Amino acid sequence: MHKFFIRSFVSSLVLLFTFTVAAIAKDVKAAFVYIGPTGDHGWTYQHDVGRKAVEAAGFKTTYVEGVPESADAERVLRQLANSGHDVIFTTSFGYMNPTNKVAKEFPNVKFEHATGYKREHPNVSTYAARFYEGRTILGTIAGTMTKSNIIGYVASFPIPEVIRGINSFTLAAQKVNPNIKTKIVWAFTWYDPGKEAEAAKALIDQGADVIAQHTDSTAIVQMAEKAGVYAFGQASDMDKFAPKAVLTSVENNWGPYYVDRVKAVANGTWSQKDTWHGIGDGMVVISDLDSQMPADLRSKVKKLQADLASGKVHSFTGPIYDQKGNLMVAEGKTADDGMLAGMMTYVKGVEGDIPK
Amino acid sequence: MIIDINFIGLIIASIMASAVPLILASCGELITERSGVLNLGVEGMMIIGAISGFALMTVTGSLIIAIFGAMLAGVLISTIFAFLTQTLITNHVATGLALTIFGIGISAMIGKNFVGIPGKEFPVLFEGLKDTIPLIGPILFGHSIVFYFAFALPFMTNYFLKKTKIGLIVRAVGDSPVSASNQGIKVRFVRYLCILYGGAMSGLAGAYLSMIYTPQWIENMTGGRGWIALALVVFSTWNPIKILIGAMIFGGLTIIQFHMQAIGVRIPVQFLTALPYIVTIIVLVVISRDSRKIRLSTPSSLGKSFHKDN
Repeated sequence: MHKFFIRSFVSSLVLLFTFTVAAIAKDVKAAFVYIGPTGDHGWTYQHDVGRKAVEAAGFKTTYVEGVPESADAERVLRQLANSGHDVIFTTSFGYMNPTNKVAKEFPNVKFEHATGYKREHPNVSTYAARFYEGRTILGTIAGTMTKSNIIGYVASFPIPEVIRGINSFTLAAQKVNPNIKTKIVWAFTWYDPGKEAEAAKALIDQGADVIAQHTDSTAIVQMAEKAGVYAFGQASDMDKFAPKAVLTSVENNWGPYYVDRVKAVANGTWSQKDTWHGIGDGMVVISDLDSQMPADLRSKVKKLQADLASGKVHSFTGPIYDQKGNLMVAEGKTADDGMLAGMMTYVKGVEGDIPK
Repeated sequence: MIIDINFIGLIIASIMASAVPLILASCGELITERSGVLNLGVEGMMIIGAISGFALMTVTGSLIIAIFGAMLAGVLISTIFAFLTQTLITNHVATGLALTIFGIGISAMIGKNFVGIPGKEFPVLFEGLKDTIPLIGPILFGHSIVFYFAFALPFMTNYFLKKTKIGLIVRAVGDSPVSASNQGIKVRFVRYLCILYGGAMSGLAGAYLSMIYTPQWIENMTGGRGWIALALVVFSTWNPIKILIGAMIFGGLTIIQFHMQAIGVRIPVQFLTALPYIVTIIVLVVISRDSRKIRLSTPSSLGKSFHKDN
């Protein structure tokens, strides 16, 4: 009902603006297209926090939530482009083709596509965050804090983003503790609290005493709290959901980028870009470190964070081998962005196969 | 991995915990369907129960108010369904589907302000006895009151339908509303009550999810469990004890496939995630293949509107 209301609202805006927009002096208006509901407290929620930052900076914004990655996306994009929006952020990988298609029809509207790689027209930019840098920090903490040497990892879908996270996490954990094993469970969902909790429970029952997650809900950290093991927050600071279990969280911080890009549109300085920001640019934020962590670990993590930010340390520094022992990254080299973007093999030390 | 006896106890306990919302919603829907009403709005009523329970818990701070409030919310939303299908004689299927869509939408709207708030801890009973008996301890003790109620419910439902006079009336209304009406039974009144009862149980199932199982609110958090509950009712051929079996198998396979993944069993993960659905259906079809018994327990006028009495 709610989505229907928003969609009808948007369609009525279309009519309204085709008549009025030409006559009014032009304010920059930004639109956001979301894959999920803003109430998911995960991926979409964090994008909406970014949108609110744009509002706070004095710009008008619109959003449409729950847009399927299908022909529906094109229709929504066309409506938004038609109704006087100057810049449209499409915040899911599956909007890649619809974004480029509609961008061709509206050369004066700027399009910003999250997590994609296609920029077929000069008015399309792409942006993503180097979340794997955050996972390097989580791996370091997990490898140090585990007593059972079994670390559980609840994964969502086998895509490069998730595989990259598992690899960077495991590499960092092995570095501080060569005896650890990472057990991976695929939940095949981005958020279903019940399923995520069940997956975490299975890992805990099998001896994992630190749980990492690449799904969105807070069910996993709550399960960890109940079971008395450690966990990490995903997308936002989840500490208040599980004060004892959560050691830190990796937060998605889109606000600064969004404000930047909307301002660029307003100033007329917007140009096509491919942005992949990490800890250094503040797109990936590490929440407060829990006081249960020993002081030396905390200072080590702080230093690692600073080194990742400055580029002194790279999450994927060679030598890195795959599961079969083939060299992926040579000694002294770091993985390039092309390799990271298409990463679909596990590194040595990760157990099991990637689901196909 | 070491398989010890307590490990098995832990797995069985988590299977039972995951079966609770399915048992509650299915047993509620079973009564509704045995009275001849097909309410496809279970998912919608569950999600309304989930947000109402969570919201009331957050606002009032009282778990008792929250639990009963969630049931009341289920009753209220099912009243809409009852009014439409019984008083205005609308089509059951269409109205039920509308109820689900309505429930999901309105819960998202109410829930906007409750995203990102941690839930409260729900008290568990007999926590201290958990470690006293191996295997049985973790299965029997240390659960919430709703958990115990859910596992008693199929047996109470069975007794109610088979041994009580009111149970007989419900079945009569579902099998032959015309004959029942001729016997002086107020068919629509009975159906109203059965619909409201189904709503209360769905509301409770939703509250279990948002208050006890995973204490938080996010949109669509029921994740299709209402539909699974509906399917369980049909595949169990309207038998509450088989609902219990089906819910345990479904919950069990969901959890066991996670364990198999964690152990590193080399079976395609996609197959493992589909397993609960496939096996539950096969098992329920196999244990319910006695066609004479199916005829006895299937409400003959399921989903048909009844016009006659007033």
